[in-house]
Amino acid sequence: MSSHAQTTWTKPRFIKSWLLRYLLFAALIVYVVAAVMSFGINPARIARGLGSFGNIFGAFLRPDFISRNTQIWQGVSESIAMTVGATAIGVLLSIPLSLGAASNLSPLPVYLLSRAILVTIRSLHVVVLAILFVIMLGFGPFAGALTLVLNSVGFIGKLLSEEIENIDEESLEAVRATGATWSQVVAYGVWPQVVTRVIGISIYRMDINFRQSTVIGLVGAGGIGAVLDTAMGRYDFSTAGAILIVIIGLVLCGEYFSSAIRRRLT
Amino acid sequence: MPLTEKDGFIEWTRKSQSQRIRSHATWITAMVLFVFAARYISEQTIWIFVLDAPRQAQDFISRMFPPDMRYFNRAIGALWDTLNIAIFGTLVAILVSVPIAILAAKNTTPHFVLRAIALAIIVGSRSVNSLIWALLIVQITGPGLFAGVLAIAIRSVGMISKLLYESIEEINREPIEATLATGATRSQTFVYAYVPQLMPIFVGITVYRWEINIRESTIIGIVGGGGIGFLLNSAINRLAWNQAVVILITILVTVIIAEWVSAKIRAKVT
Repeated sequence: MSSHAQTTWTKPRFIKSWLLRYLLFAALIVYVVAAVMSFGINPARIARGLGSFGNIFGAFLRPDFISRNTQIWQGVSESIAMTVGATAIGVLLSIPLSLGAASNLSPLPVYLLSRAILVTIRSLHVVVLAILFVIMLGFGPFAGALTLVLNSVGFIGKLLSEEIENIDEESLEAVRATGATWSQVVAYGVWPQVVTRVIGISIYRMDINFRQSTVIGLVGAGGIGAVLDTAMGRYDFSTAGAILIVIIGLVLCGEYFSSAIRRRLT
Repeated sequence: MPLTEKDGFIEWTRKSQSQRIRSHATWITAMVLFVFAARYISEQTIWIFVLDAPRQAQDFISRMFPPDMRYFNRAIGALWDTLNIAIFGTLVAILVSVPIAILAAKNTTPHFVLRAIALAIIVGSRSVNSLIWALLIVQITGPGLFAGVLAIAIRSVGMISKLLYESIEEINREPIEATLATGATRSQTFVYAYVPQLMPIFVGITVYRWEINIRESTIIGIVGGGGIGFLLNSAINRLAWNQAVVILITILVTVIIAEWVSAKIRAKVT
């Protein structure tokens, strides 16, 4: 408050110094202008696009499930197969890796190696992974499934290793005191403490895998995304609209079931 | 406790009879599902291409070295575009999500019909990946940065509004009642009682989404959204793996820095 007879309360400013405030403001404006200029927004192109927007949107409002229903059905089954297969293998692979990446269970070299593997996997975006696998393995759901496996391993490995690091040390101590070997400690000391979380994380990951499976198809890794890409490529917007509705519906179902199961677990 | 009496001894087992049956049943169902999925995938796969994979991998990894360091200048130029896509995508998303979140929260919505519409927008935006949004938007705006910004924004609206409206619903009522008791109008209550409570959460959500958007904007160029993903795609199409590896490293470093910045800011506001 100033020494003047100020009787009304005013909110304190976020940045106290007025000079800094205005300088930041000016810098922000310069940045915004520079960035917007760099976008190269082409009004003529957009005007033309908006003309066709009516067509596209109209076509989306008349979704056509019928004329390409075999492709849609196949894409959906591929996506689901990829999701199931990739989640199962991803969980199996990530359990040993997260034991290795837990600092309370593993010797330092194993810990560092496992962490390095996890960081490398996590740093690659799922679409980039998909591109690499499609080049290696050819088009189709196998490349997609492997992409999702690797992506799941990074995700589950990180969450699970943090979970293992936070377990109650006392029961570990108790199991160790009975003379248990390392594998017995894991089976009777660690596993019972994390098993609900493993199930929870796996189900959550299954939900994410399905979402990812819809997008990696755009770069050729199979699933419903590939069907969508084809439909868009041939300007068949009614089919594309139908596929979008299918995707939204399935993603919602997946999210609903995944959160319902996880709520029952805890 | 699953204790059973057998020959006069009390025996401990990890699971009771019914637990054991349930667990076996779950495992068998999961295995059957997995086998079906694996068989389906294997039917759709051309195995000759798969067997070829090690050679392909060796081929493109050997082409990555030595990396073409001169390409780094191009990559940095495209990185500037990518950062702008992420920042402006987040900004546009914020502008749209705040009103949507207010409409979607039970305690601030003016009408339940508006709430239903807002929830529908959130669901639609969240369920479709930004790459798919980009694919649609490119049809309207043409390929380029602007399409990328819009795709990122549309995708972010769902998540930001969802997290924001959930925190509006869980807001502490007492400051609001205190403000109302002073005779404040609805808008004054919003500014002086809601906003201060929501601000830290809002900043946290925004920064977190920005971090995700940085990741997304590095690849949105693959479907015509501009930025560094466009360079990556064209490098891969030209089989210029020594340039692709430079781009991949640039993306990697950017993502790590963004993650660090985001973690710092979020640790500070909460």
